[in-house]
Amino acid sequence: MKAVFTRPRSLTDGATHYCPGCIHGVAHRMVAQILDEMDLADRTIGVSPVGCAVFAYDYFQCDFQQAAHGRAPAVATGIKRAVPDSFVFTYQGDGDLASIGTAEIVHAASRGEKISVVFINNAIYGMTGGQMAPTTLEGQKTTTSPAGRDLADTGNPIRMTEMLATLPGAAYLARGSCHDIKHLRATQKYLKRAFEVQERGEGFSMVEILANCPTNWGMSPVESLQWMEENLVPYYPLGEFRSPEEVE
Amino acid sequence: MSERQLQMVKGNEAVAEAAVRAGCRHFFGYPITPQNELPEYMSGRMPEVGGTFLQAESEVAAINMVYGAAGAGVRVMTSSSSPGISLKQEGISYIAGAELPCVIVNMVRGGPGLGSIQPAQSDYFQSTKGGGHGDYRMVVLGPATLQEMVDLTYEAFDIADRYRNPVMILGDGVIGQMMEPVRFPDLMDPDTLPTKEWATKGRRDREELNLINSLYLDPDACWAHNQHLARKYAEMQENEVRYEVVHGDAEYFLVAYGTTARIARRSMTDLRERGYDVGLVRPISLWPFPEKAFRDLADRARGYLAVEMSLGQMVEDVRLSVDSSVPVAFYGTAGGVMPHHADITQQMEDLIRGTGDDR
Repeated sequence: MKAVFTRPRSLTDGATHYCPGCIHGVAHRMVAQILDEMDLADRTIGVSPVGCAVFAYDYFQCDFQQAAHGRAPAVATGIKRAVPDSFVFTYQGDGDLASIGTAEIVHAASRGEKISVVFINNAIYGMTGGQMAPTTLEGQKTTTSPAGRDLADTGNPIRMTEMLATLPGAAYLARGSCHDIKHLRATQKYLKRAFEVQERGEGFSMVEILANCPTNWGMSPVESLQWMEENLVPYYPLGEFRSPEEVE
Repeated sequence: MSERQLQMVKGNEAVAEAAVRAGCRHFFGYPITPQNELPEYMSGRMPEVGGTFLQAESEVAAINMVYGAAGAGVRVMTSSSSPGISLKQEGISYIAGAELPCVIVNMVRGGPGLGSIQPAQSDYFQSTKGGGHGDYRMVVLGPATLQEMVDLTYEAFDIADRYRNPVMILGDGVIGQMMEPVRFPDLMDPDTLPTKEWATKGRRDREELNLINSLYLDPDACWAHNQHLARKYAEMQENEVRYEVVHGDAEYFLVAYGTTARIARRSMTDLRERGYDVGLVRPISLWPFPEKAFRDLADRARGYLAVEMSLGQMVEDVRLSVDSSVPVAFYGTAGGVMPHHADITQQMEDLIRGTGDDR
């Protein structure tokens, strides 16, 4: 009998700790499938963030380092410089990457550091219990913006991918979404291109993935996907923002 | 030119070259006075030996690059001065927690805050008591001459690897900036070093996956990890104590480390010429603190004068190391001002007269 669907070899066996309906498990699977397809796992070192994905090291069949909050791109830089023939990816959330870790992500991209970043943007702090993130939308209620995010008080949500697209070192930048199958497929294509850019030594690559947080958004998983489509996607446009053909 | 020839070098460059000789091929740093010659030297030297020099965007990034590289199994170093070392504390705590070997150089300057750029020893507490969060220790070595700094830096990489732990070279603005003749050890080929089986270089042919991590969410597991670390720290206390005692048969002792020990030595000589029975205890390992030096002197020592370029930090360890009936006086200058040997001499005379009259 032909197997039509299997667990990627690059994922460990067993259940994740993620909440019901959370997209992290799907994003992990997408990354693992690309690691399988490109046969990368045995020379991959992943870097997990501080946030819901802190335990990513339990779920991938590859070496891992756990980084301090926001510092994953610096840790990944140290690894890649020490083992240049390795494949190094970070997996970071929006609190980690777009708030406390802005210096590290900007300069890793600016240096053209040959690492790949998987940036999960669900517009909220998940692990700490639903606080406002730099990516939280206007009017979005969180535990630290209980009346809804007030832009006059807290500024505007940051579009990290567009910001990094101003840097010549960023060889590949794309934003995908997980709210339906069509966009999952596009996101997986972006991930593969990002990983190929690192493998060809062309520079820094990042895929931002719009994701959900049913628990902290106070929604059912299905409602959260609808909310993504109606609110996150319009503010955070999807597509490729930089690819090697555009890079000098 | 023989590699072992005496060379006149600047302190900051001497540490850098000693690290290269020890097989360090990765350096991550950020500019701050008075240690700039160290990264500057590395920026030229590393390419010559096939190594990596990277000027990070911040001290925070630099120490996390050290974390990544150390976790990938290479000999790695960073350097900074006091305010920059403060910024590295988070990373140092993670490095200690994840048990990664690396060498950190601190050319201490006056504080607190932005302070001054002149020499100080006011980071003693931060270095030896754990400047970052959590229960951790690192070996802290305080050289008094450039030759000693070269030798200790070379050895620091072995100590770091032996215990999988960070090691700090604690210098100051003087020792970083001064020039002295030194002899460098031979250049080590890092490929000849033992393989670090625990390092994350990609799984390759390894049976198990490797993980660099300091997270133990289960309190019992975190307690077990802390107990494991405590056993390691006890081993360091057993094996890594270093100190020098000059005139161990004296009755009174100056206690000083690093640059201050050089000044104290001059005071000791002056005092002895004037008939005072004075010696010098010079801690070299500041952690583990050489309590043994004081235990060995317990039968004869009638008083100590601790001298530091601080408001009084190491003196607390001296007081913990001697019987409470023995007076331990303190003399210090801070903020970048160095103590004058004549003032140290006067302080010691006062101590000897004071205690002498009582007995």
